[in-house]
Amino acid sequence: MVVDIEFLEEKARQIRIEIVKMLTNAGSGHTGGSLSATDIVTALYFYKMKHNPKNPQWKERDRFVLSKGHAAPVLYAALALSGYFDKSLLNSLRKLGSPLQGHPCCKNLPGVEVSTGSLGQGLSVACGMALGLRLSGINSRVYCLLGDGELQEGQVWEAIMAIAHFKLDNLCLFVDNNGLQIDGLISDVMNIYPIKEKFEAFNWNVIEINGNDLEEIEKSVNFFHSNIGSGKPTAVIAKTVKGKCISFMENKAEWHGVAPTKEEALKALDELGCVQDLDEWLSEESVWKR
Amino acid sequence: MVIGGKRMEKIIMQSTRDFYGKTLVELGKENKNIIVLDADLSASTRTSLFQKEFPDRFFNCGISEANMMGIAAGLALSGKIVFVSSFAMFATLRPYEQIRNSIASQNLNVKIVASHAGISVGEDGLSHQTIEDIAILRVMPNMNIFVPADAISTNKIVKEAVRINGPVYIRLSRPKTPLIYDENYEFIRGKATFIKDSIKADVGFIACGNMVFEAIRASNLLEREGYSTIIADFASIKPIDKEAIVKIGKSSRLVVTLEEHSIIGGLGGAVCEVLSEEYPTKVLRIGIMDVFGESGSPEALFKHYGLTSEEVYKKVIKFLK
Repeated sequence: MVVDIEFLEEKARQIRIEIVKMLTNAGSGHTGGSLSATDIVTALYFYKMKHNPKNPQWKERDRFVLSKGHAAPVLYAALALSGYFDKSLLNSLRKLGSPLQGHPCCKNLPGVEVSTGSLGQGLSVACGMALGLRLSGINSRVYCLLGDGELQEGQVWEAIMAIAHFKLDNLCLFVDNNGLQIDGLISDVMNIYPIKEKFEAFNWNVIEINGNDLEEIEKSVNFFHSNIGSGKPTAVIAKTVKGKCISFMENKAEWHGVAPTKEEALKALDELGCVQDLDEWLSEESVWKR
Repeated sequence: MVIGGKRMEKIIMQSTRDFYGKTLVELGKENKNIIVLDADLSASTRTSLFQKEFPDRFFNCGISEANMMGIAAGLALSGKIVFVSSFAMFATLRPYEQIRNSIASQNLNVKIVASHAGISVGEDGLSHQTIEDIAILRVMPNMNIFVPADAISTNKIVKEAVRINGPVYIRLSRPKTPLIYDENYEFIRGKATFIKDSIKADVGFIACGNMVFEAIRASNLLEREGYSTIIADFASIKPIDKEAIVKIGKSSRLVVTLEEHSIIGGLGGAVCEVLSEEYPTKVLRIGIMDVFGESGSPEALFKHYGLTSEEVYKKVIKFLK
C-alpha cells in the first residue's frame, strides 16, 4: 500500500477541526497536547493500524494505548472519523452521562482499549497487552503514545525496562516530544533529555522524527515493522509542536489544559480552513441529550 | 482443643502461602488462561511453585510493583486471568493508585494475592508490617476482599477468585496457621461462616484471618467462666455479610471484632458501619490500635499488641463485668 500523504493530511486537518470544536463545546480540556499528537494518531488510525470499527473487539486488531490520556480529544476524533461511533457524540465531551469522559474510559466507548488519564501507567498496560498477544499467538501490534513530560514518572522506566526484558518487539512507543508541560519547558521543570540515549541504554530500537510530518511518521512505523523479530521494542521520539497548526497556540505551555473560547475557536477554525459560522455550528450541533 | 464445640485431637499447623502456591498449580493445569506475576518474592509468596510447573505463564516483574499492576491490567485486557503476588505492603500500599486506575476502575480480572500481611511478619519490622491494606482497598469500588483463616479455606477462596469476574484481593500471612476447617468447608462470596452459633450469647466474635483461631481459643476461655459465645469467620470482608452482622448484633450482649489490622477501616470498621445503620450495638474492636508495629517474633508481637486469645479474653471480660 502506497501512502497517500494528501489523504492523511486531510484527515489530520479534519481531526484538528473536531478537536477545536469539541473542546470549545466542552468548555474545558487539553488542547495543546491533542494537537501535537494529531499527526501520529492520524497515521496510525488511517494508515498503519489494523483495526475494524465495525468489530472493535476483533481479536487480530492492533492495539492503541493513549497513555497521555489528557489528549483524549484526538483519540475521540480519530475514532469518530474512523466510524466507531457517530460524530455527533463528540459534542458530549466531558458532559454528565457521556461516554466521552474527560480522560478515556473504555467502559462505554467502543475503540478505547484501556482507561487512562493518570500519567505513567499506559506503557505498563501496553506491555501486558503485548505479552498477552504473544502468549495467545496473535501477531497484532501494540502502539502506545506517551507525553514527554510523562517520562518523568518512575513507572514509565519500570515499563521501559520490562518491555525490553520480555523482548516485546511487537510494541511500538511514540513519545510526543512537544517539549512543554503544564508548568513550562520540560527542560526547566524536570529535564528528561537526552531521551534517545536513555532508550538505547535500555536496549530499545530508537528513531527520532518530526512527529508532525506524516511521511516521517510513516517511515518510523516501517522502521518498527522491520524490527519485529529482532527481539527489541521500538521507540519513536517524535519532535512535535504543542498546539500544532493554530498559530496563537503553537509552543505555548498555557494551552496545555485550556479550551478555546468561541472567539478563539472561530480564529482557529479559520486557520484550519474550516469555513463555518460558529454560532450556526453551536446552535445545530452543541445540544447533546443523554 | 475445642473448635466450635468439636474436640480436635491436636492442632495441625499449615502455611496458607504453601496452599496458595499449590492451588495455583491446580488451577494452572485446569485453565491455560491463568498467568502469574510476581515482583522478586516468588519463593516467599510460593508463586515459585507455579513457575516451576508453568514457566511460560509466569513472569517475574522484578522489584517494580507499580509496573507489575499495569502489566496485569494489560494481560487481563487480553483475556487472561492474572494472579499478582508480593508482600501485602508492596502489593497494595505501594501500587495503590495503579490498582485503582489501571485495574479496579475497569473491573479487570486481576487477583492480587498478598502474603506477609499484618504484624506477624515479625522480625522485619514496621516497614513490612501492613496494617492498612483492608481499609484502603475497602474504599475502592469493584474490589473484592477475602481473608482466609487457614490453609483449607485459602485453597477454596483462591479457586472462588477465579470464578469471580473482576478484581480480588486475598490477604495471607507469613506464619503457619492452625487448621480450622476440613474439606467440607465451603466459601461463598459475601457470606460469613459460623463456627459456633447461638440465638443468645454473651459475646459475638466476628473475626478474620489468623484471628479466627484466637477467637476460638478466647471463646473456650470465656465458656470455662460460664459465658456463652458466637464465633463467625468473616473471610469475605467485601462484600460483607450484613445479615450475619445484624444477626450477631441481635444475639449478643457484646460484639467483638478481631483482626490483625488497624482497628480503623478494616473488619471492625466494616462491622460498625453496618451495625450503626442497621442495629446500633456495643462493639469492641480488637486489632492494631492505630500505631505502627516493630520488630519481634510473631508470638511476642501478638502478645504485645493484645492479639493473643489470653489478651482478647482479658479485654472482653473487662467489658462484660
